[in-house]
Amino acid sequence: MGFLQALRRARPLLRSNFTRSRIASQWISSTTDLRNPEAAAAAAAEPAPAVPPRNPVGGARIEFANPDDAMEVFVDGYPVKIPKGMTVLQACEVAGVDIPRFCYHSRLSIAGNCRMCLVEVEKSPKPVASCAMPALPGMKIKTNTPIAKKAREGVMEFLLMNHPLDCPICDQGGECDLQDQSMAFGSDRGRFTEMKRSVVDKNLGPLVKTVMTRCIQCTRCVRFATEIAGVQDLGMLGRGSGEEIGTYVENIMTSELSGNVIDICPVGALTSKPFAFKARNWELKGTESIDVTDAVGSNIRIDSRGPEVMRILPRLNEDINEEWISDKTRFCYDGLKRQRLNDPMVRDRDGRFKSVSWRDALSIVAEIAHQVKPNEIVGIAGQLSDAESMIALKDFVNRMGSNNLLCEGNGLSPQADIRGSFLLNSSIAGLEKADLFLIIGSQPRVEAPMVNARIRKAVRASQAKVAYIGPSTDFNYDIEHIGTGPRALIDIAEGRHPFCSAILSAKKPAIIVGAGIFGRKDKDAIITTVETIAKLGGVVRPDWNGLNVLLLNAAQAAALDLGLVSGPECISSAKFVYLMGADDINLDGLPRDAFVLYQGHHGDKGVYRANVIFPSAAFSEKEGTYENTEGCPQWTVPAVPTVGDARDDWKIVRALSEVAGVCLPYDSLAAVRSRMSVVAPNLLNVDERETSTVSQGLKPEFRRELSMSPFGVAVENFYMTDSITRASKIMAQCSSTFSKK
Amino acid sequence: MPATRHGAKRLHGLRQILLSSHIVSGTAGAGQSRSYSTALNYHLDSPDNNPKMKWEFSTTNMERVKEILSHYPSNYKQSAVIPLLDLAQQQHGGWLPVSAMNEIARVIEVAPIRVYEVATFYSMFNRTKVGKYHLLVCGTTPCMIRGSRDIEDALLKHLGVKRNEVTKDGLFSVGEMECMEDVTPKRVVEIVEMLRRGEAPPDGTQNPNRIRSGPQGGNTTLLSEPKPPPCRDLDAC
Ligand code: SF4
Ligand code: FES
Ligand code: FES
Repeated sequence: MGFLQALRRARPLLRSNFTRSRIASQWISSTTDLRNPEAAAAAAAEPAPAVPPRNPVGGARIEFANPDDAMEVFVDGYPVKIPKGMTVLQACEVAGVDIPRFCYHSRLSIAGNCRMCLVEVEKSPKPVASCAMPALPGMKIKTNTPIAKKAREGVMEFLLMNHPLDCPICDQGGECDLQDQSMAFGSDRGRFTEMKRSVVDKNLGPLVKTVMTRCIQCTRCVRFATEIAGVQDLGMLGRGSGEEIGTYVENIMTSELSGNVIDICPVGALTSKPFAFKARNWELKGTESIDVTDAVGSNIRIDSRGPEVMRILPRLNEDINEEWISDKTRFCYDGLKRQRLNDPMVRDRDGRFKSVSWRDALSIVAEIAHQVKPNEIVGIAGQLSDAESMIALKDFVNRMGSNNLLCEGNGLSPQADIRGSFLLNSSIAGLEKADLFLIIGSQPRVEAPMVNARIRKAVRASQAKVAYIGPSTDFNYDIEHIGTGPRALIDIAEGRHPFCSAILSAKKPAIIVGAGIFGRKDKDAIITTVETIAKLGGVVRPDWNGLNVLLLNAAQAAALDLGLVSGPECISSAKFVYLMGADDINLDGLPRDAFVLYQGHHGDKGVYRANVIFPSAAFSEKEGTYENTEGCPQWTVPAVPTVGDARDDWKIVRALSEVAGVCLPYDSLAAVRSRMSVVAPNLLNVDERETSTVSQGLKPEFRRELSMSPFGVAVENFYMTDSITRASKIMAQCSSTFSKK
Repeated sequence: MPATRHGAKRLHGLRQILLSSHIVSGTAGAGQSRSYSTALNYHLDSPDNNPKMKWEFSTTNMERVKEILSHYPSNYKQSAVIPLLDLAQQQHGGWLPVSAMNEIARVIEVAPIRVYEVATFYSMFNRTKVGKYHLLVCGTTPCMIRGSRDIEDALLKHLGVKRNEVTKDGLFSVGEMECMEDVTPKRVVEIVEMLRRGEAPPDGTQNPNRIRSGPQGGNTTLLSEPKPPPCRDLDAC
């Protein structure tokens, strides 16, 4: 019965189908059309297939710089408007057709050597490599014809000819472009019965594992190394079937971005050495989070299995890290498993730590906090602190009657009144537009590799000039080293330096001041001098703010926003020091009888001096707000559970405040955040960069003496800058391997 | 059922191929089932070839370098890489130590890897020591059919070396490349002996029945003036 009903319902459909097919058959058999092919073609084109609009692949964006530059092409009959200069492959992406590819990568130059992207183009005698073919107006691109399909199958068969087909023991398995595409275009057997080629594995250092026999010679890694990382180590050696990727001479890849070749390698030729044979990607849970090892706040995905972080991968964020991350970000994760603090601990009389319960630990600390004078209490936020815990710390210390609050790395008397004076005002992405850089006392390559990558991008794209003042250091682009200390600054400010004319003629000059100078006594004088230069060179204009400060640590910007602005002088008179993850603060001046509470996740430098330890959660285990150096607040998301009895930092502070009798008025994250919004409302606008609107002229002028001592180095060892990276074995390996050179 | 039988047959076939190739290589003594004309694509340090060695163009060659560089615009110095590699190879007794490539990279202001890439691409750049006479046997299919492997075996046996090895006196080495000559196993040994004596073998084909690169026994085609292509008959149109 039901079947009959269905049939009845379907009848109109059937009938219409029938009529249409009859028309079609008539059309085919009509002889008049044959005699008049043009009219027939017109008739055929007339009922334009109503293709539903499609979504661009992977959110491909198109910008029309100039509306006249638009042109129309047809992808499988579907018309798309694209700007001139796009390739056929990009046009297909805009039209929502994903073209298989290996060698093409949108951020690298075009090589056109894998031939996987072959498509058919009307009037072209052969299939064309779409990644290398510029689209022309009116081009008719066909991506799903038998010719295109056959071409792809052929290319796939050739690629698999010399491929070891060792997916079961390959770390790329499950996320391998070759594997995926061979599922679509590969055959279940090959016709090649000769011996397969094999290639000697190369040693690229402690991070990148190579199985070169799997390489398909797409040269993405070579192009990445040359173009983005700026290290010319990798090359394509040999020719024909003997061709291989290598360094020719034994040479490890010394780049702070080398880990990214793991991501761009479409096959399992370059994989992560620390992750080798640890897990399969489908067993992992991905959590989208933020990196805290530097002040850039790279977007990352933390892949975890159960309670363990297995690896860290980059996440696309055009404004911050594009799709790269530094090696420190990627490989610091094993530090999250070592030297962790599990339980609250109290140092007994003979100097050993003894685990105690939270209740005991809190009451001991609360008691001592009440025994000291209010202004002898100092709260120090560490470089990995999130904004929530810093506001809790601030509220607690304030309620105890003290205002001695500082954040590691912010130096002497930090200036926090004008946000523009401590942020990267041009924004990280905005640095790309600059055509001249003046880097003062900063080594961006080690302080913030992602910012450095942007500068390099600008240098490559528009031949931007870079001048540098500071100790000699490594750059991966050409710089003009114009001095080591403030002397050069004064020369420029007073218009004596040859570089002045370059600043004056630059359209978008950018000055980058390293956070390393925050520790100098003559910091304010330096800033004033820099501002003079900025004024002379028109660096700060309504349409362009090129006066930048490059911060060092993840916590710095938020700490300044929240007003943790005491100088480290207060340490010398402190009797109760609350170290919230602060390991790198200099405690030499601290009186011997002072009580030190260390709250943190790692048994690092801070615990040596601590009397009581509160274990807290690391960034991978908590929800927290971090503001990056350009002033963009972002959230971390817990990926794994905390270890032992550790708690979130702000919760510990909140608990301590209650035991100490100065209970903080919030007990949920939302409540902490609403408190935060009172102090620094911008911290709640997650993922939005709030630019500073206050003009620089409002600042008081400092006329303190400039000391002529040269600028220092802020980051001695790129691979070990905080408690997590110092606990990491991989980072230790890196620093021993790379510092040898 | 047919599928399994097909599979079994195929496997058998493969085994046959493997076995036979083993036997062939065993008798020929080459010991290699698939060989390439190019040598290793990476550098191995040795006393006479390592990056620490100092290498410079000789004064006369430095003049040549300047002259070669003058052919190219100053921002395209890297275009000179092939002529300079050639010059360096001539200066260094027919082969290129790694330090020579580094020196060239310095001269043309590119990263050394860019020079290595070019040098490894071309098989006529020798990156390991070769003999004074570097004898190259063709490895292409037509020559294999015509017995090039036998020629190579004869050479290797006569000289007592392996492929890409140099004889003790430093005079000879044997490599592989694409077709140049036409010899027989007997003739090749004669040529070696001529070289040893310091005589120059006649250039061109070594087959007395051939004239230059023409086929044995005289030309069989192109015996008269070739006809002009039809459309080029300008008078007719
Ligand atoms: S190693 Fe990977 S990225 Fe590099 S050429 Fe081979 S397949 Fe491409
Ligand atoms: S993606 Fe076009 S040739 Fe490789
Ligand atoms: S799974 Fe594709 S190369 Fe290993």
